[in-house]
Amino acid sequence: MRHLRQLEDQSVYIFREAYKHFDNLGMLWSMGKDSTVLLWLARKAFFGHVPFPLLHVDTSYKIPAMIEYRDRLAREWRLNLVVGQNKQALAEGMNHERGRVECCTALKTNGLKLLLEEKGYTGIILGVRADEESTRAKERYFSPRDKNNDWDFRDQPPELWDQFKTSFPPNTHIRIHPLLDWTEINIWEYIKLENIPFMDLYLDRGDGTRYRSLGCAPCTFPIKSTASTVDEIIEELRATKVAERAGRAQDEGRGMELLRKDGYM
Amino acid sequence: MATCKTETEAAVDVRDRMNIVIVGSVDHGKSTLLGRLYADTGTLPEGKVEKIQAICKQQGKEFEYAFLFDAFLEEQQQGVTIDTARTFFQWAGRQYIIIDAPGHKEFLKNMISGAARAEAALLLIDALEGVKDQSKRHGLLLSMLGVKQVTVVVNKMDLVDYSQETFALIEKEYRAFLAQLDVTPQFVIPASAKRGDNIATPSPQMAWHTGPTVLESLAQFSSESEQAEQPLRFPLQDVYKFDARRILTGRIASGRLKVGDQVIFSPSNKSAVVQTLEAFNIEPPPTQAQAGQSVGITLDEQIFVERGEIVSHESSLPLVSTTFRANLFWLGRRPLEMDKSYLVRLATHEVECRVAEIHRIVDADNLSLDQQQTNAVVKRNEVADVTIQTRAPLAFDLYSDFETTGRFVLVDDYDVSGGGIITEMVADREETLRIEARQRDFAWVTGDVTLADRAKHYGHRAALVLLIGPDTTGKTFLAKKVESTLVAEGRHVYMLDPENLRRGLDADLQEGDAREMIRRYGEVARLLIDTGVLLISTTNSFNLPADQTVEAIRTLVHPAPVLTVYMSQETTPSPIEADLSFTGPEDFTSTAHAVLTALKEKGIIAETIGNQPVFQFSI
Repeated sequence: MRHLRQLEDQSVYIFREAYKHFDNLGMLWSMGKDSTVLLWLARKAFFGHVPFPLLHVDTSYKIPAMIEYRDRLAREWRLNLVVGQNKQALAEGMNHERGRVECCTALKTNGLKLLLEEKGYTGIILGVRADEESTRAKERYFSPRDKNNDWDFRDQPPELWDQFKTSFPPNTHIRIHPLLDWTEINIWEYIKLENIPFMDLYLDRGDGTRYRSLGCAPCTFPIKSTASTVDEIIEELRATKVAERAGRAQDEGRGMELLRKDGYM
Repeated sequence: MATCKTETEAAVDVRDRMNIVIVGSVDHGKSTLLGRLYADTGTLPEGKVEKIQAICKQQGKEFEYAFLFDAFLEEQQQGVTIDTARTFFQWAGRQYIIIDAPGHKEFLKNMISGAARAEAALLLIDALEGVKDQSKRHGLLLSMLGVKQVTVVVNKMDLVDYSQETFALIEKEYRAFLAQLDVTPQFVIPASAKRGDNIATPSPQMAWHTGPTVLESLAQFSSESEQAEQPLRFPLQDVYKFDARRILTGRIASGRLKVGDQVIFSPSNKSAVVQTLEAFNIEPPPTQAQAGQSVGITLDEQIFVERGEIVSHESSLPLVSTTFRANLFWLGRRPLEMDKSYLVRLATHEVECRVAEIHRIVDADNLSLDQQQTNAVVKRNEVADVTIQTRAPLAFDLYSDFETTGRFVLVDDYDVSGGGIITEMVADREETLRIEARQRDFAWVTGDVTLADRAKHYGHRAALVLLIGPDTTGKTFLAKKVESTLVAEGRHVYMLDPENLRRGLDADLQEGDAREMIRRYGEVARLLIDTGVLLISTTNSFNLPADQTVEAIRTLVHPAPVLTVYMSQETTPSPIEADLSFTGPEDFTSTAHAVLTALKEKGIIAETIGNQPVFQFSI
């Protein structure tokens, strides 16, 4: 378990740097397994407290159980929950049938943009991991976004030792990625080690399927699996050669590179 | 593991983890090696090779293993890695993050970002091209970045007919180069990433190679850190007061920390005893911690300490100075200039600095050559030997003794623009006084009343207001005015005129003993400040330049806050950067109020007395 404690120590350090340097800090929370670990690590870093708001960009298409879980945990752990939504796009009828990249851009990327504009956050903590997808493999722990939320991946700042980019010009913000070095297996190993509560959509509840990755209902598909405990998930992941986000439609083709360049998580 | 679908070693339980970087000149085959390693060990996701093959076919070009990790369209189109990629690989019970660093000179900052995260490196050299400038530059940077474990891979052996002779020449040349950096490669491996020779399986073409394959060599890197065995270095990251606990946090850089330890904070020289180690969801709470851990501690008393201080045991203290010599690599868009203001960040300490001297530019091609020419600037991607001077004393170590507290970055404008390792402490003018202050502070005996208690009681923190400037500008008059105004408010203030020490404490001194007079004055001031008083003083009697006077006094009363006020008759610029400046003031009442306002802004005096003033003793 030493490797998990090493990952934890690094993530906690990143959290504390973020809290020290950003007056207006928020953390994206999607209720998925990575968000679950992210929230737990925040409580580790701040000794049981979460001293910044949790932001949820609600596309309105989330699996209903996710929203119930969100509201219940926010109540029980007394979290400062801020929900954002691109109401205009929804009023105009945006949905995945108009194109998955278009829908993600409108409801998630632009939904986040609107929330950032409204609240003026200068630092956003996100649970992206380098092993999820190849453009995320090239991220920094502290990754600047310009005033249009764009990611200039051609010219990322140097990141030396534990010295991160914590100063930035007005109207830009920094994305902070404490989970960058974690793998999907590490997430589950840590959930097991710390006995962290998580959504049971990740487990087979009798029909021989479970979700490996959670997102919007129309674009996220369960996998065939009989894993009904964390141990069984870990065992399954060690044996599998199927990519984690195979059930996420927006990843097809060059979808992610284009989405992320424009400010997608 | 009955349900395991594969028999690869990937399924073995993880014992430890390690970050490895692949470096070397552009086109020497780093991304190809990485792709091959994954493909030959069966650690790629299903369909990944097929997906890339399809893209290649569509674009009408030959499949390359490098495309597996060069994610950006531009990278694939240009066939060059732009930015560092983290890739994940598990083998023989160890989880690796293998960092593919770009070799192109233009992306050196990305290579450095990758290598700075690594504990070990694979350094590639193209057998056909041999040792290039960039191969040496990368070797030099690895040693500066603290990557001590290096295995050299001589790649593209297929292009030189697997010639043992060619390999031996390259090995000899590069070993000689690394020896100058005190680096001994663990292995030098002949390989062909494109054809898979000596990557995951031994090459039948090179039976003469008796060493390991690249895959086997990974297991030979040690992930055991020796840092826990070193003396304690715990850079303070932040102080939290979310609930009843006042928790000091940070990551232990080296050594061990236990409940009950007497610890010293540098450069403030404060000391306290560790009362608890705080943790979330760990029962029972830990009683000790060691290098690498992010921890929180509480102390037996509430002392004012700030982010940036280095916690250690008294038996092994960090160095403290305003000046040090360092080897530095520069990555900024603008060249590094002398006498321009930068920020130095060392562990968690951040302080303004300037480059006092650029001794030489280090040429990777010829390390031993000592060019004596002086350089005005350090250009992007150059390595230089420099002297750096900070505005306030900094606690640090030599890089040869401590890794984390012996290195730093320089920030230009908004960007981290360079990094360096400290090679030498340079004693500054205050060195003697600083040592005296440290020794005196460690031995200082106090009662049960703390400075924080006194601050609460008096409605202000203990501090020193220094009035500087030419004679007859009204300094003494202003000092009296500030004193009486504050006393009228009920504050605990005292005007100490240095002249008062002359006939008494300094009676044995001659006129020329200015440094000794300052030392005695500083010690008296330190004593009074310890009583919680707000001290006001002029400085002309010392007969020394103002900057020297202020620095010496600052050193002796450190870490008490010092407010400097410059007074002149004409608009002559202040010899020091004063907190406040007045030119020929006539209205001393408003001037005195300006001083009061500054004291409030600095958090030295509280707005009101009696209403339980809250002092920011945490940060």
